[in-house]
Amino acid sequence: MKALKKALDNLRPTFSKGGKLEKLHWVWDANETFLFTPGHATQRGAHIRDGIDLKRTMFMVILAMVPCLLFGMWNVGHQHFLALGEYTALGEGFWQKFGFGALKVLPIVVVSYAVGLGIEFVFCSINKHPIQEGFLVSGMLIPLVMPVDVPLWMVAVGTAFAVVIGKEVFGGTGMNVLNVALTARAFLFFAYPTMMSGDKVWVNTSTADGQAVVDGFSGATSLGLAATGNAGQVTSLMDSFWGFEAGSIGETSAFACLLGAALLLFTGIGSWRIMFSVFLGGLTMAGIFNLVGPGLGNEYMQIPVLHQLMLGSFMFGLVFMATDPVTAAQTDTGKWIYGFFIGLLAILIRVVNPAYPEGMMLAILFMNVMAPLIDHYVVQANIKRRMKRAALAA
Amino acid sequence: MSKTIRIRKGLDLRLKGEAEKVIVQADPPGVVDIKPTDFHGLTPKVLVKPGQEVKAGMPLFRDKYNERVLFASPVSGEVADVIRGEKRKVLAVRIIADKETRYQEFGPADPAKMDRGAIIERLLESGCWPFIRQRPFDVVADPAQEPRDIFISAFDTRPLAADLDLVVRNNGAELQAGLDVLAKLTKGRVHLGLSDRTAAREFLDAKNVQHDTFKGPHPAGNVGVQIHHTAPINKGEVVWTTGVQDVMVIGRLFLTGHFDATRTVAVTGSEARNPKYHRTLIGAPVKDLIGDVEPGVRVVSGDPLSGSNVGVDGHLGFYDTQLTLLPEGDEPKFFLTDGWLSPGLNKLSASHAYPSWLMPGKRYAPDTNQNGEERAFVMSGQYEAVFPFDIYPVHLLKAILVNDIEQMENLGLLEVAPEDFALCEFVCTSKIESQAIVREGLDVLKKETT
Repeated sequence: MKALKKALDNLRPTFSKGGKLEKLHWVWDANETFLFTPGHATQRGAHIRDGIDLKRTMFMVILAMVPCLLFGMWNVGHQHFLALGEYTALGEGFWQKFGFGALKVLPIVVVSYAVGLGIEFVFCSINKHPIQEGFLVSGMLIPLVMPVDVPLWMVAVGTAFAVVIGKEVFGGTGMNVLNVALTARAFLFFAYPTMMSGDKVWVNTSTADGQAVVDGFSGATSLGLAATGNAGQVTSLMDSFWGFEAGSIGETSAFACLLGAALLLFTGIGSWRIMFSVFLGGLTMAGIFNLVGPGLGNEYMQIPVLHQLMLGSFMFGLVFMATDPVTAAQTDTGKWIYGFFIGLLAILIRVVNPAYPEGMMLAILFMNVMAPLIDHYVVQANIKRRMKRAALAA
Repeated sequence: MSKTIRIRKGLDLRLKGEAEKVIVQADPPGVVDIKPTDFHGLTPKVLVKPGQEVKAGMPLFRDKYNERVLFASPVSGEVADVIRGEKRKVLAVRIIADKETRYQEFGPADPAKMDRGAIIERLLESGCWPFIRQRPFDVVADPAQEPRDIFISAFDTRPLAADLDLVVRNNGAELQAGLDVLAKLTKGRVHLGLSDRTAAREFLDAKNVQHDTFKGPHPAGNVGVQIHHTAPINKGEVVWTTGVQDVMVIGRLFLTGHFDATRTVAVTGSEARNPKYHRTLIGAPVKDLIGDVEPGVRVVSGDPLSGSNVGVDGHLGFYDTQLTLLPEGDEPKFFLTDGWLSPGLNKLSASHAYPSWLMPGKRYAPDTNQNGEERAFVMSGQYEAVFPFDIYPVHLLKAILVNDIEQMENLGLLEVAPEDFALCEFVCTSKIESQAIVREGLDVLKKETT
């Protein structure tokens, strides 16, 4: 450690004011503070401070996403081989599936991080701000919400759009209104709809010599099927719980999401209020549909409540997207309202609007926009309470 | 006995170095410093010159903008120096103490037989007035105002704080005399905030006060929290606050006729060699109490969350009842061994991202490292968990940061003091200095409204 510290100390002048690489100071700073928490002793206020910092917080979130990432890699391979009719049993060809998936997924991860961090470095260097850790999480979320066959250039474009327009123009980490990863996805969804929806993008069907796609292969996601009137063909409850279905890379397994949720709740980093209220909102809407569905003869509405929530990206959005503390409501009361409406709207959009097979992304983005308004009314209520008390006393 | 008020939000920090419940009589200090900087917002007008002889209870300086408020010497002796800093700001008035203290005679008095004006006059001339502070703004009270109520907290929940039950034992007469004085200052009530664990008869049997009982973690002992949960401050109202040991000084003034600024101070902290209670004087050199200290130790007059760094050669602050010795944390920390990616077995954290919450019995010796760099507000709900007020702390801080005066007031700034945000500052992931921000807001609001 001493040697490393010494090496850093020797390099520092190069990147400091007057040094040769002065322009890269904040890039240097980001790397130095990554390796060593600076020896900043408290100057004023509390003399001792909590051990937690933003780096550890963000790391915990990334750790929580690892089950989704690993399962996503395997499932990409699994779906691919299913389409080809090879290793069709779950237990077969684990390493082939995982290896295939890893080869597909890792480039997306690398592109997302490289583009996003690159842009952050440039912005921070121009603005002379330290580089904040926010993108470490966004950079991992973006690949997980992409279909496997997304071209890498599109990942780059989407990431660049999200970081610049979604975040940096507002002032960087902590200042953005919309969830960065969802901004990237929404941008691509509306800019390149053919590459982000339909039934051709969710499963990689590239074939080598001697391989062929099996007859009757569809490639549609469960929600895609349901939206086109084939609600009877959605994957079973257990398959959608474990995640053995087509979909965006990291979203399919409710189980993997729950593992992540467990870590986020255990560490207290994810808000249980939001997670619980999103679930409640989804439950409510799906329940209402269950009640009115038979009367309307709508098969989609009749999917059992729990099964409805396990499909698509509902669980993934619930655990990782809705809980983003920057774009969610900030007040406790606000969190309940915010979460409840995300769940409600997600199921509503998904079932009622055939143009959007999945409603989670739009529901979260919409409630991101609404969150400050919700907080405003919660805070106003607090102010009114205080004024009422003063009026009583006077 | 009124019913117990349960404070649910908050956090007790489990630190090493609690003071052993033994009171040591310290030697009379050879030199004392009285620091105008202990009184926020004060512009002092110094009344003495180096070489001048003073008695205990004689004024050293006064408030330039409220000339009746005097600040007295706790010892008799010779003024050694008026220590000034940048722009000739007065940092301290230093007095070399006599071996035997000579007191300015104010004569014993019975508050029951005095009217309010005479009592205030006596408190002012003896230098006892600055013990009385006011909310809003958390500054020395204005003698021209009349408070709605007066609040005293009879238990201290700050990390490693002095046990007031121990301090007050066998001093019931002084305490009661002081409380009787305060009772004459307001038409409202004198609230004495007790903990559900308060055992000292001196508190439980105190007369002329309303007992409020609280149960819960820090900051339940903060007078601000107690005000908020019994009779919150509304716009236009003023309440006064003071400490138990301050009341005892006031009590002694009326019993003996002397300004006797004796304090029982808990010497605490992981670096304290001999953590005990010491009976000494306001302004005494900390060295007298802590002995020799190795380099790399921070000496804080006050508690670890809101005290002031006075250094090894510093002096005890005017309001402080505790000294805390902490290891300095000015060394960089490698991320895998003791930085942000370490297992962190030795890191004290309210967050569950470190294992400290799984070891509720363990005590910690945190250093003064900031443990990360300052960031924008990212996490939400963190402050709220340790802030037992019906106030939205982050919204309030943001209103202060954008200097929105109306909003600050609406959001409840009048009810709080910086110390109420001390825990918020401790737990903050983004390392935002909320106490300094709140102080800034109070200053702005004070300037605008008075």
